Amino acid sequence: MLSIRGLTKQIGGLCAVNGVDLSLGDNEIVGLVGPNGAGKTTLLNMISGISVPTAGTIIFCGEEITGLRAHQICKKGIAKTFQIAESFPGLTALECTMIGALFGNHRKISMGEAKFEAAQILDFVSFPQEKRETIIKNLNVVELKKVQLARALASKPKLLLLDELTTGLNPKESNEAVELIKKIRDNGVSILIIEHVMSVIMGVSNRIVVLDHGEKIAEGHPYEVVNNQKVIDTYLGDMHAF
Amino acid sequence: MHSETTDPMLSVSGLNVFHANLQVVWDLSLHVDKGELVTLIGPNGAGKTTTVETIVGLNKKASGSITFLGENILGMHPYDLFHKGLALVPEKREIFPKMPVIENLMLGARDRTDYSASLNHVYSLFPILKERERQMAGTLSGGEQQMLTIGRALMSNPKLLILDEPSTGLSPLLVGQVFRSLEQLGREGITVLLLEQNVRHALNMCHRGYVLENGRIIKEGKAKELMHDPHIQKAYLGF
Repeated sequence: MLSIRGLTKQIGGLCAVNGVDLSLGDNEIVGLVGPNGAGKTTLLNMISGISVPTAGTIIFCGEEITGLRAHQICKKGIAKTFQIAESFPGLTALECTMIGALFGNHRKISMGEAKFEAAQILDFVSFPQEKRETIIKNLNVVELKKVQLARALASKPKLLLLDELTTGLNPKESNEAVELIKKIRDNGVSILIIEHVMSVIMGVSNRIVVLDHGEKIAEGHPYEVVNNQKVIDTYLGDMHAF
Repeated sequence: MHSETTDPMLSVSGLNVFHANLQVVWDLSLHVDKGELVTLIGPNGAGKTTTVETIVGLNKKASGSITFLGENILGMHPYDLFHKGLALVPEKREIFPKMPVIENLMLGARDRTDYSASLNHVYSLFPILKERERQMAGTLSGGEQQMLTIGRALMSNPKLLILDEPSTGLSPLLVGQVFRSLEQLGREGITVLLLEQNVRHALNMCHRGYVLENGRIIKEGKAKELMHDPHIQKAYLGF
């Protein structure tokens, strides 16, 4: 589904991402981990068209999308959520989700249809019904994350990029997020996920890719990767608890 | 350390806080003694951030009393409270993106000129900040910005350090380092009020804890006791 070759991003004198290869199959969840500043978000930003690669290619569903703009890539079927769940503070949760439905659809749909779809998706992410008409700035972190996820899903992606979805959630809330991520995958969406919460990464990923200083230093089955000494030294440390 | 006769460093009593007309914190009381590490835990939306924002003067719609070093501070300006020794590490990394890392840190030093020891301490904790000292803060990664936020608060040499989810976005390795550093600061006599979703780490490190649910304190006690409380284990530790 997704095939990345030699992807590189130079920012000033700094090589944020350096020659990374990565592939993702249908219905696969790949976890992207690494120390802070390793280039994880930059990699996701290049795939979603938020930033333009310096070198390398990105092939999505057989088509090269390298360097396309974010709105074009969204239309091709790639949606992303952000580390800090910013949104349109004055819109309601429902309206925010409708934006995804209106924009991402292949055909023009009416506001009524968009509203219907948005409501369904908010239910799918178990967003509280009584808060659909609440404006974004009055929502708490969990609700905000759910709206952000719902808006991404409303654009009907084939590939979903999640940048620290469970950051700021407690272990119980994270467990719920894990179930939701699996439910999304079971609906036929491939997922590339950045996450520091190892219980989440371990719980959902078919495969884990580890970045450090912009380069891939390890890749493999979750249990292989967390037992890799290089990964322990640069990323996990000795206090990790699963 | 926690004798009955000394006044607590921070004492909150009967605090009610409102967002517009909606009450989000109800009759909340807590205290933090000098040298103590105290954690406030609770699910998202419980009112933890609102509570500490009120303590540092960011929420004006509140009633009750908040005293810091014996002085009633409810309604005071955040700037004045910062100069009294109250520092907050905000949840949302409110850095100055168009200023270099070093200047962001210096802002934390208040008007002190003898900040070199604080700066060295911050750099030893987060060496990447030294490496990126001249870079605009906005070019840092999310986790690096989180380090900067913590570093900036430490630069003020605060008497009471309030941290709102400091481990957010940090690698497991760094989470361990940050918590060890807070323990070290605790041993050096700094007082800490910690809000953290990483409940296990928080309870491991702190002396006491309060549990906030739906805007009300529902439990308080020694951290070790809370760790073995069945409700806490089920609701927060994911057992």
